[in-house]
Amino acid sequence: MNIRIAGVDKRYGRARALEPIDLDIQDGELIGLLGPSGSGKTTLLRIVAGLEQADSGSIHFGERDVTQVHVRDRRIGFVFQHYALFRHMSVFDNVAFGLNALPRRERPSSDQIRSRVMQLLEMVRLTDFASRYPAQLSGGQQQRVSLARALALKPDVLLLDEPFGALDAKVRQELRRWLRHLHGELGFTSLFVTHDQEEALELSDRVVVMSDGRVEQIATPDTLYRRPSNRFVFEFLGEVNRLEGDVARGVLTCGDARLSVPGIDDGRHELLLRPHEIRLSDQPSHGAHLPVSVSAVVPVGAEVRLELEADWLGEPWQASVGHAEFDRLDIRRGRRLYAVVSQIHRFDASRPQTLMLEPAI
Amino acid sequence: MVRIGDAPGVRRTLIVAALVLSALFLLLPLVAIFAQALMSGLDVYWQNLSDQYTLAAIGLTLLVTLLTVPVNLVFGVFLAWLVTRFTFPGRRLLQTLIDIPFAVSPVVAGLVYLLLYGRNGWLGGWLDAHDIQIMFAWPGIVLVTIFVTCPFVARELIPLMQAQGAREEEAAVTLGASGWTIFRRVTLPKIRHALLYGVILTNARAVGEFGAVSVVAGAIRGQTNTLPLQVEQLYQDYNTVGAFTSASLLAMLALLTLAAKAALEWRAARRETAT
Repeated sequence: MNIRIAGVDKRYGRARALEPIDLDIQDGELIGLLGPSGSGKTTLLRIVAGLEQADSGSIHFGERDVTQVHVRDRRIGFVFQHYALFRHMSVFDNVAFGLNALPRRERPSSDQIRSRVMQLLEMVRLTDFASRYPAQLSGGQQQRVSLARALALKPDVLLLDEPFGALDAKVRQELRRWLRHLHGELGFTSLFVTHDQEEALELSDRVVVMSDGRVEQIATPDTLYRRPSNRFVFEFLGEVNRLEGDVARGVLTCGDARLSVPGIDDGRHELLLRPHEIRLSDQPSHGAHLPVSVSAVVPVGAEVRLELEADWLGEPWQASVGHAEFDRLDIRRGRRLYAVVSQIHRFDASRPQTLMLEPAI
Repeated sequence: MVRIGDAPGVRRTLIVAALVLSALFLLLPLVAIFAQALMSGLDVYWQNLSDQYTLAAIGLTLLVTLLTVPVNLVFGVFLAWLVTRFTFPGRRLLQTLIDIPFAVSPVVAGLVYLLLYGRNGWLGGWLDAHDIQIMFAWPGIVLVTIFVTCPFVARELIPLMQAQGAREEEAAVTLGASGWTIFRRVTLPKIRHALLYGVILTNARAVGEFGAVSVVAGAIRGQTNTLPLQVEQLYQDYNTVGAFTSASLLAMLALLTLAAKAALEWRAARRETAT
């Protein structure tokens, strides 16, 4: 079921929660709404659900105009951040709730309900927990119950509000993969809210980046990362290092640092780069003379994260290197090295621009 | 580690003081009621109980309670639902208004009703013209009792429902449940204990209310005397044993109420630990 959101906006009193928003979601697509808190993403989700009313605009599910349809009749599944399970009901009764709430003539027989619920519990791998109460389950298990409950009525659309926000990192990772898998299997159209960029990039077919009630960019995770349409998106999607200096004849100078930036016009510029776009070397390259000293070393799994300091830097740079590189350069705190930059981005021109400098090894 | 007030001497003194004071101020009067009531033996006690005016007072008290409790049960739930689930102008004012019956002396409440519904009152003339008697009759007693006891249920429910939030109700509505289904299957089970507690308090107050009722009842023996009024009247008549007999009934009701409340709290605590 495709979803068409057209010109939806919302105010709370004088404060504007959503600028008019247009968004087309294809059948079976998994869309992430990403943004900092207060960006309007949850408001948009709740409007699609019918839990809140837009001030204007329309929402279509397929051919059906649901703008004025009550949430009860929209045929959506909704998963809440804090699960919102019925605490006085067993897991089984939670999942069966929607089926039991159907009007008598549409309601399946109790045998049918039982088998449907057990099938859902099997899908979320909680068959053994059917008679437990929510308080007896872990957060991850509760969220799986909540998902099974939302899917019980075979909704056209599944909406998830920060579904993994309250879980610890490992469970979150696991549930994310599992949701991706489930989505591939069942093919429901889905819209989820998150403030975690990694989550958005990993789960979504397309990501809607929002800030201050506005859509900043709608794109696939890959495009979003490679070709952010503005500075906000670039900064929100990952760690950012800044380099500010004067450019003259294709060379940026900043204290005793030099970097050749062919094609950038003369004047003062602020350039941005990601941690993985920095390489370290024990001598300057011919295009870059960027002396730094290592001020912190944090080994994290497959890579080592470094903090680099220099007189010419306002705030330290973040960089990451592999273990082989780490050993070869004998990196430790206080070690003096030279940074080599493979790519650099600028957003102060009319169009965002990415400059390829020296290829990373 | 020494905590303040934890020295054995201090502790013992405090415990003894608490026990002695409770015995003096709480237990002794209670014992005195039953002692006085049974002073002249069980036969007299029984005779006093089966006095026609006392029986009428018991009947009227039951009637008032039976009418008051359901009305305030529904009213309290409705009010709590309104102020915790919706935002509207005047919501805060309404929450303050709920407390008026607590803030105002019951006698004043009774007088206000007398002023409104009495023969010379604002509505009294119209009522009189239509031959409807409210003051100095049971409807008046029911009205003031409802007024005096109306905050109990709402006051129990509002903080609880505010703390619980509306998430579960929202979840239920996304699952297609109707308003009534949501109330019956989601909200009610969550507030059940607080609701029962509110009902118990309402009940206790409805049975025992004296001030407001005494103003509007008019003390017509056998007709508008509730149990508390009956106690007072018997006492004024120097019928001490009779007065204490009726008082012992009220005391027994109070004890029952306390037992019910304790049982509820005990059950709630056990549920907490079970989950």
